Amino acid sequence: MSRMQNAVVESVKTVLGWVPAQWLPGGTPDPLILRRAAIGRQASRLDGPEKVRGQARFAAEVAMDRLCYASLVHSTVTLGRITRLDTANAEAAPGVILVMTHRNMPRIGTLALIGLTDLSAVGNSSLPIMQEPAVRYNGQVVAAVVAETQEEADHAASLIEIDYAVDTAKTRFDDAKDKARTPASILIEKNHVSVGNAERELGRAPHRVDNIYRTPGHNHNAIELHGVTVAWQGGSLVVHDATQMIAPSANALAKLFGLKKEQVRVLSPFVGGGFGGKGLWDHQVVAVAAARLVDRPVRLMLSRDSVYRMIGGRSPTEQRVAIGADADGQFTALVHTGYSIMPPYGACPEQYTLGTRALYRSKSFEIVQRHVDLDVVPNTFMRAPGEAIGTFAVECAIDELAHAIGIDPIELRRRNEPDRHPISDAPFSQRALTQAYADGAKRFGWERRLAEPGARHDGEWRIGMGCASGSFPYARMPGANVRITLRRDGSATVSCSAQEMGMGTATVQVQHAADRLGLPVEAITFEMGDSALPAGPMAGGSSQTVSVAGAIMAATEKLTGELLRLAGNDSPIAGLRAGDVRLVDGGIAGINDPSRRESYRSILARAARDEVTVSAAGSAPLEMLKFAMHSSSAIFCELRVSKVTGEVRVDRLLGSFDCGTILNPKTAASQFKGGMIMGLGLALTEETLFDERSGRIMNATLADYHIPSHLDVPEIDVMWTGIADPRSPLGARGIGEIGITGVAAAVANAVFNATGKRIRDLPVTLDKLL
Amino acid sequence: MAIRINGTDVAVPDDARVSLLDLLRERLHLTGSKVGCNQGACGACTILVDGERALSCLTLAVQMDGRSVTTIEGLGSAEDPHALQTAFIEHDGFQCGYCTPGQICAAAAMLREIEAGVPSYVTPDLTAPVLVSREEVRERMSGNLCRCGAHNGIVDAILQVAAERAA
Repeated sequence: MSRMQNAVVESVKTVLGWVPAQWLPGGTPDPLILRRAAIGRQASRLDGPEKVRGQARFAAEVAMDRLCYASLVHSTVTLGRITRLDTANAEAAPGVILVMTHRNMPRIGTLALIGLTDLSAVGNSSLPIMQEPAVRYNGQVVAAVVAETQEEADHAASLIEIDYAVDTAKTRFDDAKDKARTPASILIEKNHVSVGNAERELGRAPHRVDNIYRTPGHNHNAIELHGVTVAWQGGSLVVHDATQMIAPSANALAKLFGLKKEQVRVLSPFVGGGFGGKGLWDHQVVAVAAARLVDRPVRLMLSRDSVYRMIGGRSPTEQRVAIGADADGQFTALVHTGYSIMPPYGACPEQYTLGTRALYRSKSFEIVQRHVDLDVVPNTFMRAPGEAIGTFAVECAIDELAHAIGIDPIELRRRNEPDRHPISDAPFSQRALTQAYADGAKRFGWERRLAEPGARHDGEWRIGMGCASGSFPYARMPGANVRITLRRDGSATVSCSAQEMGMGTATVQVQHAADRLGLPVEAITFEMGDSALPAGPMAGGSSQTVSVAGAIMAATEKLTGELLRLAGNDSPIAGLRAGDVRLVDGGIAGINDPSRRESYRSILARAARDEVTVSAAGSAPLEMLKFAMHSSSAIFCELRVSKVTGEVRVDRLLGSFDCGTILNPKTAASQFKGGMIMGLGLALTEETLFDERSGRIMNATLADYHIPSHLDVPEIDVMWTGIADPRSPLGARGIGEIGITGVAAAVANAVFNATGKRIRDLPVTLDKLL
Repeated sequence: MAIRINGTDVAVPDDARVSLLDLLRERLHLTGSKVGCNQGACGACTILVDGERALSCLTLAVQMDGRSVTTIEGLGSAEDPHALQTAFIEHDGFQCGYCTPGQICAAAAMLREIEAGVPSYVTPDLTAPVLVSREEVRERMSGNLCRCGAHNGIVDAILQVAAERAA
């Protein structure tokens, strides 16, 4: 992103600063905030019966006639070019239909990187895909075999012989730091923020901490492997994909293969976990090309090894956090700088400093990120990109400062709680982090914590408590479209290409549409997971629920107008305008005079209509630019550390969240807990081991990359303020990512409280505690 | 040569390389058994062989000649779901639903293992009868990974079914 973009975003923000709030989306709070029936109720997932019976159909499970199978070959070198490529044995192997390499892959362009430029820009890598002999990273796909069965394809792939001329690759993080780039912006925020003179304030501060924190690479590790089933039907393309970005992927594939938008259909009704990893990568493109060459449907399901090799994860980081405080503990300097990997052909800046800007008040700030260029598979967004690991550094530093000053870390946070955005000075739309801390501390029993580290013992165990703040920004995506069809029998169908990866998308939008349309939940059907439906935004940035909700709001306004028109002059509601009525109890009623009402059935019958259909897009999400909109949380952890082995056992974990209206407590609790459990992995076990000599990932298996298992996961407690955000649809903010934020710091802070050892290098493994 | 799968005899495939998992998914279209790693690390492919849990990705189909295999599709139906299937919905023991069939198959066999008195790493007394507890369930289900983080709901669902059976 460029300086030009900084200028544009800044000027829009400045203009919006002058525009009265009531002119903007959310200017008048969504009336459903106060008038909820289905929203806010515990509801089991609508797709539960299918999922528990194994009947939910995932991308690599679609049956097709004449289906054949693909297997991939990956580069075993990091940088270089192919000098010899012998495919003869593979081509002669039983069942083989095609061996595809850069020599015979159809010539295509490159993908536009994820960005703000257009809605088909969803590429994670701008490198050519099997177009040339050059190899740019270890594990890049260099050949594909298509055969009658998977077994035949896998065997033939093992018969391909490749020699490489190897160039010297950039694979060492520390070496590459010297040439790090300083980008002008990080996503839509200016990168370098300098308020006052933070280094000078730091030097003068009576209390200060100044440390380096390191976080390793991580992989998403959704249990479902990336997979596609692809079929060309005439000139059209059908892709059953596992993707978080259905509509944008269809657009991008159309562009890449020279098709019209309507010639590409991407279907993805269920995704077996995404977490940022289920985007558009090389494998979909290879499968589409192979299916064209063999003129048959092709299935390509990556092996777990392939997922590590060709789907990027979270970048490692090295972060410096320094905080200076006056005698009362008020911050005079907050410094957050660091390095992460972002190759020039990647899209993800790992925004670990963005959350820091909104967390605390300080007299001065110095914030900047630098990008290290390595020859690696491009890193990408992974659950709470930025904040998941940024909060580790900042929230450990807060704990360290509190210990140095000798005050409670919650009290230190309270003293520095901002009342407006500390850098932009924009008002918060709603923020109750202090209350979340108070509620959480009470339920957790924080008062039982001993401030002195290493003071609690139980046999071989040292026991400690820690806490930390989490944060994640609100986002509502532009380009969310829905269609609503309301029928005379009082049923309605809401359609949007939205994604379901376990968030409960349909469940919650049915609850929403029921309240919005004044119908019972049983009357609503939510169609999704298909690019042939009105285009929804990608599922990312914890934004899908409010983005789709905003589009349903807009479509409902249109529907109301249409119904008033159809009602005509003979209706009890004749003469009322859209602003005078609400949709309630299966019909339209006057707000001031509810006795003036008419049912949908009656309106449509009189108009001789079976149904009425409207389509609409959500309003531009200008509220994001006028207000500081963030979810926040207080995470509490109690754990034991073995004096003998250094083993850490987390006994209790509590999350107290301030995330606006909670739409479905049952599915929301699951999302919070799921994030927190991924946070436990981040804290204690997860690490993508990268061999800096060879440029190759060393633990590309679920046996060697340790995600939390049942025995690692204690009973987790979650609670929330439930205070509605007056600026967002339904008063809701995203909840999918905030759960992971703050957890690693809460764990590391508890480890310090238990042992007196400060671990600033994730994960907190046994060896670091002995 | 035949394998009994969910009560129906199925021919053993000609290609000896075919895993039981690939036989189920690609040839019989029983896609309830999932593939997450193909190396026995994640448990998503868990099925029952003569009532005991097994990883179908590490099992060659030819090894199953004469054996009886039950998959998630054979465990319960829409009209008559298994108690675990109902309890998983009630306790929200899943999000994306991908590891779920493996979790449920593993849980069904795991409860029988406890009933049979098979001890585990966390069993406090190897000479006393094994009791169902949260700790036992967590330990014994640790071969089934879940990335969405539905662990609490999964364990709650299993404990509820165990309690109902004991009652």
